[in-house]
Amino acid sequence: MTLLNVKDLRVEFTTPEGAVTAVNNLNFSLNAGETLGIVGESGSGKTQTVFSMMGLLAKNGIVSGSAKFKGQEILGLPERELNKIRAEKIAMIFQDPMTSLNPYMKVGNQLAEVLVKHKGMSKKEALAEAVRMLDAVKIPEAQKRLNMYPHEFSGGMRQRVMIAMALLCSPELLIADEPTTALDVTVQAQILALLNELKRDFNTAIIMITHDLGVVAGACDKVLVMYAGRTMEYGSADDIFYRPTHPYSEGLLKAIPRLDSVGEELPTIPGNPPNLLSLPTGCPFQERCHRVQDRCRQEAPALHNFDAERLRACHADANQILEAS
Amino acid sequence: MLRFIAKRVLEAIPTLFILITVSFFLMRFAPGNPFSAEIAMTPEVMANIEAKYGFDKPVHEQYFSYLGGLLQGDLGPSFKYKDFTVNELVAQAFPVSLKIGLLAFIVAVTFGITFGTIAALRQNTWLDYTIMTSAMAGVVIPSFVLAPLLVLIFAIGLDLLPAGGWHNGAAQYVILPVMGMSLYYIASISRIMRGSMIEVLNSNFIRTAKAKGLSMPYIIVRHALRPAILPVLSYLGPALVGIITGSVVIETIFGLPGIGQLFVNGALNRDYSMVLGLTILVGALTITFNAIVDILYAVVDPKIRYA
Repeated sequence: MTLLNVKDLRVEFTTPEGAVTAVNNLNFSLNAGETLGIVGESGSGKTQTVFSMMGLLAKNGIVSGSAKFKGQEILGLPERELNKIRAEKIAMIFQDPMTSLNPYMKVGNQLAEVLVKHKGMSKKEALAEAVRMLDAVKIPEAQKRLNMYPHEFSGGMRQRVMIAMALLCSPELLIADEPTTALDVTVQAQILALLNELKRDFNTAIIMITHDLGVVAGACDKVLVMYAGRTMEYGSADDIFYRPTHPYSEGLLKAIPRLDSVGEELPTIPGNPPNLLSLPTGCPFQERCHRVQDRCRQEAPALHNFDAERLRACHADANQILEAS
Repeated sequence: MLRFIAKRVLEAIPTLFILITVSFFLMRFAPGNPFSAEIAMTPEVMANIEAKYGFDKPVHEQYFSYLGGLLQGDLGPSFKYKDFTVNELVAQAFPVSLKIGLLAFIVAVTFGITFGTIAALRQNTWLDYTIMTSAMAGVVIPSFVLAPLLVLIFAIGLDLLPAGGWHNGAAQYVILPVMGMSLYYIASISRIMRGSMIEVLNSNFIRTAKAKGLSMPYIIVRHALRPAILPVLSYLGPALVGIITGSVVIETIFGLPGIGQLFVNGALNRDYSMVLGLTILVGALTITFNAIVDILYAVVDPKIRYA
């Protein structure tokens, strides 16, 4: 069953220097219990994509297109309607656990208010449920921690609190915006394992935003590779991980450190992501692409099917890239 | 917490001591004395008067005898208002200033925080611009312009309120002075509050609160108000002292028998003991209110703990 269906999603920001298109005609869909990874460098529009669906865009952001959650259009919903979906149907975990919890409120109250608001529980019931959820995300001595403030938790523990908070209403969709970026490597692995367990236990669909392809390999069913706000490649995680057909996916994969290539310099994608205010004509990736052709500089490649399962936006011959990998 | 309060009290003693000493000698080194402005006296009469108040003794002896009196809570005799001690004069005037001051303070905090929050929520709309333009006007209009304007409008034009007088603090006599006193502080508190509220509303934890499906009014009250009020809090200590003691112009225009008048007359007449007594009072109030603000900080911000 299709849980989320996104069509021609476009996010623009009006800035003093002109309009910036942060997300450019994005299409994807997600079934119940499935995990979609959205991958790309910083500034590629990953976060703005999900912010637009949650109604969290900055004031100068304009969203168009359509995002249907179980058939209901959620773009442009009035605040009241949106608040019935937020946390209850679609919950979100943010990138930076150090600043995403309110430093002036006890953790217990921050958890409980979600249940009081959405489930109409009494404060006491809500706190009891909060303890249960903190247990579920493996926070030791949960009862005692209800009365503590966020600064008394470590980064990893705070992210667990965020996850517990997001799962309180058993949402059908969990959006995790770089949930492990701000954490130590060992803690990253714990958090990912935890998300995988929760996905299994609660059958929650997940949108996992990340720039770490290792995370994608371990957790995702489908992958959307974004660059400069556009889809570069979209398909099953296995396909993109083992058989990329886009030079950008290819570059990202090569840039993962490997244990079996000792002593060699780690390949990188040269250059920087383009300035969205002055994108080149043609393909936005042309300046950094090692397979660039004359055609790439004149017309932007349209998103087309490589096979039934996979979409790509590139002029280069897909089979050539496949052979190289 | 008790230990913190005790520590602050102990710290206050040397601060006050330095304040007293510096003020005492500054006053004495200024040319003239409390009696030099009066009509010509024969040197013999002058010497008699100086002897009565101990001015014939060396300055350091005067200093120690003043300190001795102070330790017993005696601020000395007033040199200007003869037959009155400074204690008596302050005891009469202080309640007047305190009443006007506290009322103005409550009005300023209530309206300042409300206006500041509204302006922040309606950032860059006509409402925000209106509030902020008025606040700018409130800050720049001096009280000697504002107070007569209030009198002109409410006392003379509309004939609603008396133009001045105290009458033991009857309500209709208090309204205009409180308005005159509080406007500047409403204006500055709104400006501080707007800035900090905008900053808080842009912070990550407010975004989390929105993603939790909480309504905006709830988010403002439960999540944003506490952090947004911190910068206002540090302004309130000194502001309260200023509000209580610094109302010379307002007291003069409305004819109120408060501290401000004593201060001005004391300074003009070189009324040593009066100026010193009031300096000590202002110093003690400043130290006290700052300590209270520090304690409130710990109440509002859980990251601050006092040992």
